Parts: sequence; structure tokens; C-alpha cells
Amino acid sequence: MTAALFVFYLLAFVTVAAAVMVIAARNPVHAVLFLILAFFNSAGLLILVGAELVGMLLIVVYVGAVAVLFLFVVMMLDINFVQLREGFLQYLPVGALVGLVLLVELIMVLGTRVVPTTAAAMPRAAPEGVTNAEALGRLLYTDYFYLFQAAGVVLLVAIVGAITLTLRHRPDARRQDIAAQVRRRPQDTLEVRKVRPRSGI
Amino acid sequence: MTGLVVGPAVPEAFLFLVATLLLGVGAFLPERRAAEVMTPVAVIVLLVTAMLVMAVGPGRAFAFGGHFVHDGFAAFLKVVALVVAAGAVLVAPGWFADERTARFEYPILALFSALGMLMMVSANSLLALYMAVELHSLPLYVMAAIKRDSLRASEAGLKYFVLGALASGLLLYGASLVYGFTGTLMFDELARAHAGAGAAPLPLGALVGLIFLVAGFAFKLAAVPFHMWTPDVYEGAPTPVVAFVAAAPKLAAVGLALRVLHEPFGAFADEWRQVIVLVALGSMILGAFAAIGQTNLKRLMAYSTIGHVGYAFVGLAAGTATGVQGVLVYMAIYAVMTLGTFACILMMRRQGRYVEAIDDLAGLSRTDPLMALALALLMFSLAGIPPLAGFFAKLYVFLAAVEAGLVWLAVVGVLTSVVGAFYYLRIVKLMYFDEPAEAFDRLRRPELQLVAAASAAFVALFLLWPTPLLSAAEAAARVLVGS
Repeated sequence: MTAALFVFYLLAFVTVAAAVMVIAARNPVHAVLFLILAFFNSAGLLILVGAELVGMLLIVVYVGAVAVLFLFVVMMLDINFVQLREGFLQYLPVGALVGLVLLVELIMVLGTRVVPTTAAAMPRAAPEGVTNAEALGRLLYTDYFYLFQAAGVVLLVAIVGAITLTLRHRPDARRQDIAAQVRRRPQDTLEVRKVRPRSGI
Repeated sequence: MTGLVVGPAVPEAFLFLVATLLLGVGAFLPERRAAEVMTPVAVIVLLVTAMLVMAVGPGRAFAFGGHFVHDGFAAFLKVVALVVAAGAVLVAPGWFADERTARFEYPILALFSALGMLMMVSANSLLALYMAVELHSLPLYVMAAIKRDSLRASEAGLKYFVLGALASGLLLYGASLVYGFTGTLMFDELARAHAGAGAAPLPLGALVGLIFLVAGFAFKLAAVPFHMWTPDVYEGAPTPVVAFVAAAPKLAAVGLALRVLHEPFGAFADEWRQVIVLVALGSMILGAFAAIGQTNLKRLMAYSTIGHVGYAFVGLAAGTATGVQGVLVYMAIYAVMTLGTFACILMMRRQGRYVEAIDDLAGLSRTDPLMALALALLMFSLAGIPPLAGFFAKLYVFLAAVEAGLVWLAVVGVLTSVVGAFYYLRIVKLMYFDEPAEAFDRLRRPELQLVAAASAAFVALFLLWPTPLLSAAEAAARVLVGS
């Protein structure tokens, strides 16, 4: 128990520290890297409570796709971040006030619930005897099979739509024609000549 | 409900499999050829799906663990929506070929949108509702922006996408509130939890969620106060796309709204009626007055849509079986009229360019008497002039409203119809009594003539043989509201 507690505090501390650094870092690329660190540590926290599938999904989706996308955007857009950050301190009181109000509201909402203190009373991450992924998979592929398939069709339509709206066949673009490449024979294009010394062709 | 039951969803499964198959076929065919072949294939697929829907049978059946329901109500709307969608796909290729934007993806996107419409009508849980709405509207955004070299079409597509995403957000927020406060996603469980006298009242949060759901539906249906996107999208998007957007998706959205309001929340008609009445009033009044000053025919049709959705909502406000029947008849007739009108607009080409101003129709009766006759019949019907179909559509919703004690709402409806008749009749006057403008190009497009003639014949001859539509709508309504 103490080991788990120690790991929890370590992960939680790094998560919060990395989150602070995301807004404090001067260099936007550093900020995104700290964001990735925060994601990794949150995934660790999720695995700690037994929700290993959600933890892995967090890494795959947020680190693998979202954070990388952020990095690309940061690198591609020519934004003067120093200018954007001007007046950061000026807005700090207002920001702190908004944060405080939000915190009080959250405490008021969550405070009405009874937080279980023993491990036995905690909601379990998965039914007895099956893993997390299995439990979610059973639901997704049985009860919610129809919705799962429908989501797949929506994504398919999104791909078709994106291709329809953006793909252009430019007549001047040089495209690879594999059949033409395979058809090409040496005797059509190569000519072997004898070159005498000290004279051109 | 154990095991995977697919039976009642066979038409949807068929449509999905064929659409993905066609996607693969289209990718490997030469570009020009694929665009030509795909349209007739898509039309046939839509009609075959309609036949499959009829083959499933009218009994109430669930699939996929209760998220999907098939019943007589769903079957009626599915068949009408599929036939109308097939008509809208059929009229498209000529315009795209002329504007050099023919692409094989267009009919396939229409197929996916139709799949979404079928799923909307059959949705039996809050999540199924949301997924279906997304699936039906995502292809529509792409279709609206498919002419990507045109600034206005791109603007229309973007506007439609952003506002549609907002509507989806409202819908999802409403669904999450209802789920959070009632603890269930399924429509039948929602209905059971609050059925009978002395049952638990609807929690306030769930009521707020219900209002959000209605707002989302109003957005998809272009009803006031969520109508702002409609005129711009109708004017900017390619005409065949507007023909598609204006007809079949409205049927599906109305079907979804009817099911949600009558099945899970049927016991709370008094709560949602106020919202529906407000939306109906706003739509009817805005549709009638804002259309008067329009000079662009497509923009005029946008305001016409807003008005007609308002009339359909009058029937919905009644909250009775006759009200549901009236709405179903209204939307079916509306879809046919709109499709026919857009087929006529697609014939308006002069010297190789498509025109869409109302004045371009001047003196059409002398240059093309048959097209003038078809358009005049459709306009009279949209205005609700007696022997035509549009009159009966209005008659049924207003009757239902009167029966439900909403006499004043019906009176407002009749008054706004009179105002609305002004701009429909102005088009007829232009065609028959004004000096002829230059004649339109002679298009050799039998499919346009077929759709225009068929819908004109439908509105003109509905009086002689109304029973099939009326009795089918009545049976469908009885499924939803009970006897």
C-alpha cells in the first residue's frame, strides 16, 4: 500500500508540476513537451487505479496524435509568442479569481457526494475476473455494436468527404505509372556505343 | 434481447454494403466513366432498398439490442424518403456535367446520407438518434461544397457545416441531459418510466434536455428561430444538392421529431407543445413575409421550406394520431412538390448558363408551355389552392390542430397561407401574362422532364386517388400514438 501511495504522489506531483510548466514555459515547443509529460503521468495515475485501457488510450490518442499535432502547429505557424504573452501578469488577478470561483464550484458539486474511504467501497474499474479491456470490449461489441458500427460509417464518410473536397488530379503533375515503368525495355532507351579514346560521340 | 438481431435492419445493411462496394468500384474505374455509371446505379440501389423496406413487413421489431426499431411508422417514412432521394439523385448528373464538376462520389455520398435517414427514422435510443443524425448530415455538408472552385458553393458548404455542427452540439447536449436525469438511453424505457397516471414527473433537467433536442430538430428542419442558414445555403449550394437537401432529409428529421416527442415523451405533450407552437408560429409568419421580396428562385424556395415546416409543426403541435397523420401526409406531399420544382429550376439554362432569377421565367408559357404548366401546377399546389395536393396537405394539419383545440393556430396558418400564396402566384403570373424573355436552351434531359412531370401529375391527380397515401399515413400514425 505504501509503495502504491508513493507512486501515486510521485505521479500526481509530476503531473501538476508539468501542467504548471505548460503555461509557464517561455518556449512553446517546451510547453508542448511538458504537456506530453503531463499526459504520460496522468496515464500512469489511471493505470494505478486499474483503468489500464483508458490509460493506454490516453497515451495513444493524446500523446500519439494530439500533442504531435500541437507540435506541428507550433512549428508551422509563425506566431510571435513573446508578444502573445505580454500582459500575462496583468491578467493574473482576473485569471486567479476565475480559477478560484471554478474551484469553489467544483468543491460544492463534488462535496455533496460521499467519497468512499475504504478500497472495498470504491467503484471497481472492471467486473470480477475480467480485465478492463475485455469488459469494455464486451460492451462495445455486443450492446453497443450498432452504435460502434455507425461511428465507423460516420468516419468512413468523413474520409470520403475530405478526399472529395481536397484531392485534385492535376494534369501537369508527374505521377508514377508503374505499368509504364515495367513495360520499359532496355533496347528502347539504351544504346551501347563504342567510344574511341580521345574522341567524343 | 440477447444475441445479435439484424433481421429488421436488412435494408440498412444492404444499403451500407452496396455503398461501400460502389466506393471501391468507383475508385478503380476511369474518372469520367465512374461518374456516368454511378448515378443510375445509385438510383436503382435506393429503389431496391425501398422494396426491401416493404419486404421487412409492418410489424414492430427490434434489432441490435433495442437501439434500432422497425415498425409501420418507420416503414412509411423510409419508403417515401428513399423514393424522393432517388428522384433527387436522378436529376443531378446533367447539371454536374454542364458545370464540369461531375464526380462519382456524389451519388455515393447521397447513398450514405440516405442510410443515415433510414437510421434516423428507426432510432430507438438517444445515442442511435445522435449517430444517425450525424451520418445523414455529414454527406450533405460535403455535397453542398462539392463544387469547390465556386466561392459561393464553398461558403454555403462551410456555413452549413458550422451551423450543422452547432445543431449537433445542441442535440447531443440535450441527449446527455435527458440521460443524466433519467438514467436511460432507450426510448421505450424512457416511455415506461413516465407512463400512466401518478407516474414520476419529468425531472426539470430532463425537460431542459428535451427543449435542447427540439432545438436541434428545428435546426435540421430549418424552422424559426433556427432557420438562418437556409437561404444562404439554398442560394449558394449547387441546385441538384439543394434539391436533395430540401426534400428527403426533411422527411427523416420530421420522422425523428415525431418519434421522440410521441414515444419517450408522449406523456409530456403539454410541456413540449408550447415550444412546438412557438416554432410553428414563427416559421409560418417568417416563411410567408420574408419570401415576398425575393428575386432569386432558390432563395424563394428556402423561405418556402421554412413556411412549410411551420405548417407541418402545426400538425405536430396537435399531439394526436390525426396530427401525426397530417404531418406525414404533409411532408410526403411537400417533398414531392419541392423535388418537382427543383427539377424545373434545373431546366432553366440560357445560352449555356444556368439562371435562377424569378424574372427569367417571364413569358415561359409561350416559349415552353409544358414546363410552364408543370411549374404552375406545382406553384398552385405549394400555395395550397384547392383541388391540388398541397391543399389537402394543409387541410389535414389544420383539421388536426382544430380537433386538438388549437383553433387560433390553424387560423394563423390559413392567414399566412394567403400571404404566401402571393409569391407563388406571382411566379404563375410572370409565366403566363408577362412579355416573354429569351427562351431557355432545349435540354435533352428526359430524367428532368420525367421527375417534373411525375410530380406535377401527382399534385394534380392526388384528388382522384388519395386513399393509398392517406391510409398508409394513418396506419403509420396509429403505430406511434396508439388507437
